[in-house]
Amino acid sequence: MLHPTPILKETPSQTAGPYVHIGMTPNFCDITGVIDTDLGKTMLNGAIEGERIDIVLRLIDGAGVPLSDGVVEIWQADASGNFLGPTTPDSNSAPAFTGWGRQPANETGELRFETIKPGRVPGPDGKLMAPHVALWIVARGINIGLQTRLYFADEVEANTGDFVLNKIMDKRRRETLIARREDGPVPRYVLDIHLQGEKETVFFDM
Amino acid sequence: MSGIILPGADGVLFQRDRDWHPKADTPGYKSTTFRAPKHSLLALGPTKSELTGPTFGHEKLGTLDNDLIRNFSQDGTDAIGQRLVVYGQVLDENARPVPNTLVEYWQANAGGRYRHKKEGYLAALDPNFGGFGRSITDENGFYHFRTIKPGAYPWPNTGNDWRPAHIHFSVFGHAFAQRLITQMYFEGDPMIWQCPIVGTIPDKSAIDQLIARLDRHNTTPMDALAYRFDIVLRGRRSTMFENKLEGN
Repeated sequence: MLHPTPILKETPSQTAGPYVHIGMTPNFCDITGVIDTDLGKTMLNGAIEGERIDIVLRLIDGAGVPLSDGVVEIWQADASGNFLGPTTPDSNSAPAFTGWGRQPANETGELRFETIKPGRVPGPDGKLMAPHVALWIVARGINIGLQTRLYFADEVEANTGDFVLNKIMDKRRRETLIARREDGPVPRYVLDIHLQGEKETVFFDM
Repeated sequence: MSGIILPGADGVLFQRDRDWHPKADTPGYKSTTFRAPKHSLLALGPTKSELTGPTFGHEKLGTLDNDLIRNFSQDGTDAIGQRLVVYGQVLDENARPVPNTLVEYWQANAGGRYRHKKEGYLAALDPNFGGFGRSITDENGFYHFRTIKPGAYPWPNTGNDWRPAHIHFSVFGHAFAQRLITQMYFEGDPMIWQCPIVGTIPDKSAIDQLIARLDRHNTTPMDALAYRFDIVLRGRRSTMFENKLEGN
């Protein structure tokens, strides 16, 4: 059988640099008047099925210093396990739920997404994966965007059977992807992302 | 299957060639020291969560979103600097155009000064230059924008490092696993080969892929020079068939 091979090489990655906000969240760095709202700031545009949650991430480097210049994007399914997306290419639709968000870290390396808890999505083995959110992290000093996932601590049974979590041989490292739940008017799922060191997050070559 | 998924959205992607991209830990670029994971990446093919991704409609764009000469102007005055058109085609590794995808770009002004609160370089800000723009590629994968040529600027790495003139690019593609950030450099700039950030890329021909070419044919006479910068995203091994979601 012939294996298809790429014709062109992928454009090589470079760091987003410390001024990534100019291009990805211009209003956040006071470049106002060019676009109304920073892209990805709002994921919920109306009533939507599912549990309303906040995802709170904290980015920490190998010296324990917060990444105050980091930017994270997330991509997730809706409560039914479908990927919707902000819009179709030629429509004027603004769906109630975009599935995609982008947030800049604050001075303590923290960032927050107002979203809903995702439903389960089929995995490559044909079984449902545990509810999860795909993460993509860029910053000064990161040469190529880091890919990882967030799982939910209150989904113990689903997590146990998850295709991706089970690929992590060292079971202790699976914990680095599991966000703890903090109850409140809106439940928060909190996850520290350690780029390096003892608690280093598992990153994927997806 | 429900939801909005473009044709081919479930086709498996070619694996990333991580010897072509920069490694995470590149000591010449000091900021990577504490920001590079020490464990190996866990190799997994993308799942549906990474083979799908956001798409953005043309209605998202304002009329000046791709005109950095004017889009931050306070009173209609043009930004100061060498006027350029930067354009190119977004392709995948199969050399297929990537239509309807969002391309974002940002840069310093003609003097090498970024409009950012954490930037303290003594070169002056241009009151009519913001440095941000975006495009959505057309049906053939082409984007273009007007800008001024960015200046080189110094940065604290070793004692005396300077970035070559460059424009940052962010490209989406149609799968979250295609997401890419890179930098475009200008043909003939001797500073490219002295830069520790460029030097994170091990292969000279990979660096060459980041160098935009002067394109005399597409200059705007008596107005602007043109540079062409094509961008290649990860390609899919096959397009999706309804009954064969995993591709081949």
